[in-house]
Amino acid sequence: MTEQKFGTTRDGFGKALVELGQENVQVVVLCADLTESMRTHWFKAEFPERFLEMGVQEENMVGVATGLSLEKKIPFACSYSVFIVNNALGPTRASVCYSNANVKLIGGHAGITTGEDGATHQALEDIATMRVLPNMTVIVPADEEESRQATHAIAKHVGPCYLRIGKFKTPRLTKINEPFKIGKARIMNEGSDITVVACGNMVSIAIAAAQKLCSGLGGEKSICVEVINMHTIKPLDTQTLFKSLKKTRALITIEEHQIAGGLGSAILEAVATYDPTLLSVPAVTMGVPDTFGQSGDGNELLKHYHLDQKSLEIQIKKVVSLQRELKRQV
Amino acid sequence: MKKMLAQALTGSSKKTSHTSREEREFGNKVHVHKKHLDKKHSNEEIKALATLIRKEIILMLLEAESGHSAGPLGMADVFAALYFSVLKHNPLKPNWEERDRVILSNGHICPVLYATLAECGYFSKTELRTLRKLGSRLQGHPHFQATNDYKNQKKHAIKHPSNIPGLENTSGPLGQGLSQAIGIATALKMNQKPNYVYCFMSDGELQEGQNWEAFLYAANKRLNNLTILIDRNGIQIDGYTEQILPLESIIDKFKSFNWNVYSINGHRIETIIDTLELSKKHRLGPSVIICQTTPGKDVDFMENLPEWHGKPPDKKQAKDALDDLRSLKGRIWWE
Repeated sequence: MTEQKFGTTRDGFGKALVELGQENVQVVVLCADLTESMRTHWFKAEFPERFLEMGVQEENMVGVATGLSLEKKIPFACSYSVFIVNNALGPTRASVCYSNANVKLIGGHAGITTGEDGATHQALEDIATMRVLPNMTVIVPADEEESRQATHAIAKHVGPCYLRIGKFKTPRLTKINEPFKIGKARIMNEGSDITVVACGNMVSIAIAAAQKLCSGLGGEKSICVEVINMHTIKPLDTQTLFKSLKKTRALITIEEHQIAGGLGSAILEAVATYDPTLLSVPAVTMGVPDTFGQSGDGNELLKHYHLDQKSLEIQIKKVVSLQRELKRQV
Repeated sequence: MKKMLAQALTGSSKKTSHTSREEREFGNKVHVHKKHLDKKHSNEEIKALATLIRKEIILMLLEAESGHSAGPLGMADVFAALYFSVLKHNPLKPNWEERDRVILSNGHICPVLYATLAECGYFSKTELRTLRKLGSRLQGHPHFQATNDYKNQKKHAIKHPSNIPGLENTSGPLGQGLSQAIGIATALKMNQKPNYVYCFMSDGELQEGQNWEAFLYAANKRLNNLTILIDRNGIQIDGYTEQILPLESIIDKFKSFNWNVYSINGHRIETIIDTLELSKKHRLGPSVIICQTTPGKDVDFMENLPEWHGKPPDKKQAKDALDDLRSLKGRIWWE
């Protein structure tokens, strides 16, 4: 293993921007006074004429990005997720989404793993807010390489996109040049007892839990967990999801986001809308339970909010035993 | 007048939404009047066209039974002056690369934009009667689709009307237009294009914060291809701007933001045209033209009353309004 073992999604995004800058002259980057933190400084150094420093203003940034897109540019508007999503929601809805403008919104520092900055800077509502907007595509990459691939994919996609990235170091999961397709989930681990659907930083935690439970260490009965990396929250890959659920008939969703409105909600909505026969599947949605975050180290916070590997394992065991109970009753 | 309305009605029922591209182009060719093809209009002609636009505004609002009256009537002269004298555009080729861009920020005055575009010949005047009706391209507040690429959407997606030719942006929520105009002006600069961007705004709209972000930004980037036209009519929904949340002195505010400022009478065609030409020559940064206008202009019972900001005339009022317009200066303009 000569390769670096950990990386951040923001680094993957920043590297992809530079590659995109070389590939396509239409790519323009806008940043609201967070150039280095959003990893847009590499693009700025290479292509200063296509980099727009906006100052601390998100509404105007999203509006300017819309105008650029109307002239066939591919604008990437970057700021922290809490600012770009919440402050600029008005222009995002009417100027960007209603016009189906080709604007890419990049939200950094998402999730409680933003850590020490505290609750004001930890976006936990952004997926919910962005995914209800018509025409919007919502992507949450799991590691540096997937973030790089997702950035390339949204540049090619015509229409509004929201990319959720962060500064939390995650293990490298995605192989270089493994094909990435918007709206096509990745099965990270095959299993038959339960489906765990995760996105972003939670994917590596889900994989670790799956590996541990599969080995059946500690004298327990082993559980074969199927881990799905649902990197695209919208449009949701219902095909992969339903296929897996029909096989395992047990579900856990886990995300670094409010339980309300995020990945878990999207999945339950999809089940109720498109395949109600799956409503009998026992399911648990894991996330932040209608509360705000707080300051602390990222890993400590994950434990504190029960989004760590151990908490997931407990939930998996619970749901699987419930499902086995149900089977016996039938 | 009933006859006129009836004709308009039957016309509208046939020619509603989902006009195909062919139809649209065919329509454009038919509706560009010869008088507009040779570009130079006299100021008197432009004044007459403004009155025609006002007439269409009254008729479309009457038919729609909702919408805004005062603002559109007040801005008819400025729209006529811009579209029939200064603006580089071609109704036969709405997407012509070399056109100047017009961004509407205060979307609620769209009747004046729609009527002006129809008068230019971008589409049939009959279609104006579909304003605010289901399936119409003339939405209550303008809708522009930047891309029609719906491959990624579900098959069952509900259809929306296509774009109205000549329209450049979506607007309605106040304060969002200028940022888009800045984006377009920036892209034109990046592409080294000489075209100008005009952005219409209202005065009440200046109370929105996003505008002030945009004023700071545009001046900092010295966007000399951008001119905004502010409809300074002094009213907003709840009353007079200076009573609700005073804006004065607007001129001083813009000057301190390093904008090139003009304040003009928004009903004097000659002044409007001269100022627009002058603003083009200013190379140091963006320009703002504060157009002092009378809300509800030329319709006696509407002038200067905030209550007419957001309501349409009823039948009786429309008749009176048309009489006012028809007898303007003792001349009949369109008959």
